[in-house]
Amino acid sequence: MSTPVMALDDVSKRFVKPIDFAERIANLLGADYREQVVRAVDGVSFTIERGEVLGLVGESGCGKSTLGRIVAGVLEASDGTVRWHGKREAELRGEERRRAQLAVQMIFQDPFASLNPRLTVADIVGEAPLVHGLVSRAEQEGHVAETLRRVGLDPSYAGRYPHQFSGGQRQRIGVARALAVDPEFLVCDEAVAALDVSIQAQVLNLFMKLRDELGLTYLFISHDLSVVEHISDRIVIMYLGRVVEMAPTDELFRAPNHPYTQALLEEVPRLEARPRDYQPIKGEIPSPLDPPTGCHFHPRCPHAWQRCKDERPALKEVAPGRWSACHLNDAA
Amino acid sequence: MSETVLGVRGLKTHFFTRGGVAKAVDGIDFALERGTIMGLVGESGSGKSITGFSLMGLVDPPGQIVDGSIRFRGEELVGASEERLRRLRGARIAMIFQDPMMTLNPVLRIDTQMIEAIEAHEKVPERVARDRCVRALAKVGIPSPEERLNNYPHQFSGGMRQRVAIAIALLHNPDLIIADEPTTALDVTIQAQILHEIRKLARETGTALIWITHDLAVVAGLADHVSVMYGGRIVEQGTTEAVVERPRHPYTRGLIDSVPSHNARGVPLRQIPGMAPSLLDMPKGCAFRPRCPSAGELCFEEPSTTEIEPGRRLRCFYPLEASS
Ligand SMILES: Nc1ncnc2c1ncn2[C@@H]1O[C@H](COP(=O)(O)OP(=O)(O)OP(=O)(O)O)[C@@H](O)[C@H]1O
Ligand SMILES: Nc1ncnc2c1ncn2[C@@H]1O[C@H](COP(=O)(O)OP(=O)(O)OP(=O)(O)O)[C@@H](O)[C@H]1O
Ligand code: SF4
Ligand SMILES: [Mg+2]
Ligand SMILES: [Mg+2]
Repeated sequence: MSTPVMALDDVSKRFVKPIDFAERIANLLGADYREQVVRAVDGVSFTIERGEVLGLVGESGCGKSTLGRIVAGVLEASDGTVRWHGKREAELRGEERRRAQLAVQMIFQDPFASLNPRLTVADIVGEAPLVHGLVSRAEQEGHVAETLRRVGLDPSYAGRYPHQFSGGQRQRIGVARALAVDPEFLVCDEAVAALDVSIQAQVLNLFMKLRDELGLTYLFISHDLSVVEHISDRIVIMYLGRVVEMAPTDELFRAPNHPYTQALLEEVPRLEARPRDYQPIKGEIPSPLDPPTGCHFHPRCPHAWQRCKDERPALKEVAPGRWSACHLNDAA
Repeated sequence: MSETVLGVRGLKTHFFTRGGVAKAVDGIDFALERGTIMGLVGESGSGKSITGFSLMGLVDPPGQIVDGSIRFRGEELVGASEERLRRLRGARIAMIFQDPMMTLNPVLRIDTQMIEAIEAHEKVPERVARDRCVRALAKVGIPSPEERLNNYPHQFSGGMRQRVAIAIALLHNPDLIIADEPTTALDVTIQAQILHEIRKLARETGTALIWITHDLAVVAGLADHVSVMYGGRIVEQGTTEAVVERPRHPYTRGLIDSVPSHNARGVPLRQIPGMAPSLLDMPKGCAFRPRCPSAGELCFEEPSTTEIEPGRRLRCFYPLEASS
């Protein structure tokens, strides 16, 4: 087997919020403020093969963006290793390192915060390719126009600033910026969330075309299961910082193994004009500040028993290519 | 008794840019009754957010409301004083912005911001205000709300920031909430919880809602009425059932066909051909003409709005068959 493009081994990320000054004073007066620790990513391992689209799905706050940023190399893991073509970042040197940095691009969830408000779109999209010598100054304008057209933006907008665009247009500027440097690997964090279906279709079709033509590899983070289902070869389901299930897309949708995945699939809104009574998955949404013991999902799981409270279920291969972290699989 | 909360007529908001006049909103009409939810859908750049900003009196130069009327509970808002608008905003009319950071201040803790939002319109003891904040955060599914109140915005995930912004909009039980893509970054389970809360709010307190989104599946399950925007105009309007199940405008049809769950996996999604027009260079006649499969000779003129049945309006010379 060839070396995977990206391999994560037991990667974790902790965010620690120390007690601040006011809280320290309050503590002196008898309050009980403690250091907050969020285990945003908690022991995650998986690999991504060249040309693969790996979907990453999970509840808001479960750690998807954090994991995406680690994969894209813009955030450092607290523990574990990330390998790019078999090598750790620390092992990459000089030219190789520079290339790796360009090769992995991220489309951020928050297009507003990630675009410099003082630069025009032409600069936002055209600067990196010029600086890295992918295009000459003479070619720059044409390259920008071409990239904008690809994401469905009129090139005549190139002289405008980000605040002059609508939400979906800004999201496309983020996509254009990432595509402009001919990346090998794209981390797409909710990259089509703010796009209406017709432009969403256009951008998703573009992603698939680039995969077919250039062998681009994707980590595709989205809360929208129908989008993920459409585009992904394989799907990773996260719950509170951990991977609970990983499977080829067809199989995951046909026969979800983990009780959380099962609950998630029941919620997909369909295009039916009927007022639905929206019913969230029952039970409290657990807090990442104080995660449940054992299996994080146990307080909401219809099948939970004592063992689920006591013991963390390992992610195991339950069938070829299918992984799940649930004690039910041992009972069978 | 049905009460009209909001009546919008002939509203136009234009941007006077160096490249020319961008007619972001170009003559829209709709009315909203108490306790009802209107979905406002349409392509990116079609003018949905600018419609929301116009209703809030938040259009900044070079943009300007150039024509039309906005009546909120009988009061005209076009031309109202900034002072009056500021008093209505937040208390009687609230907007949930597409970008939660338009509501949130990055350098202040969430508790400071939420308590300030309450105190701007009401005189309440801090303890009470804090309690209300905790409950508001719990409503939108933020776990450990008490501890989270001490966090700064950057310590939240994208979806959590969105939910905090929603919680702030709900603080005062306003008469009208304009929600601009508030659940785009939210997974289905949290989205379900928020939609559930929103419907409850509409039913129990009579709050009327404008729900801006590109997600027809969300609108289908939530809204009573739908208005579809294209190029600054409303091209189709009706009950949700009518619009989603029997679209008559070719553009609405195209939108529905490009929903991923209507398409097989792996094959390219159906997309509306062509690009959304540049506002500075709108096609002559019907703005959708260059992309429209039904277009004919008449479309070089501008179609006017016709009411094809009570409450069902359309701007098209060649509407689709009623049965399709
Ligand atoms: N300050 C500005 N100057 C010039 N044009 C602007 C300005 N703000 C917005 N526009 C233009 O007005 C049009 C309508 O924008 P609006 O934000 O209302 O779109 P939208 O329907 O909300 O789209 P989206 O779904 O992408 O958020 C867009 O084409 C946008 O480029
Ligand atoms: N800079 C930070 N400091 C402290 N905590 C953080 C920081 N960034 C993220 N977190 C916390 O880490 C957890 C995971 O956040 P992350 O943004 O990865 O979630 P997500 O899965 O992307 O959620 P969403 O779908 O809402 O975007 C959350 O509890 C969040 O509050
Ligand atoms: S008026 Fe003509 S161009 Fe416009 S949507 Fe109808 S058929 Fe198409
Ligand atoms: Mg995120
Ligand atoms: Mg918008």
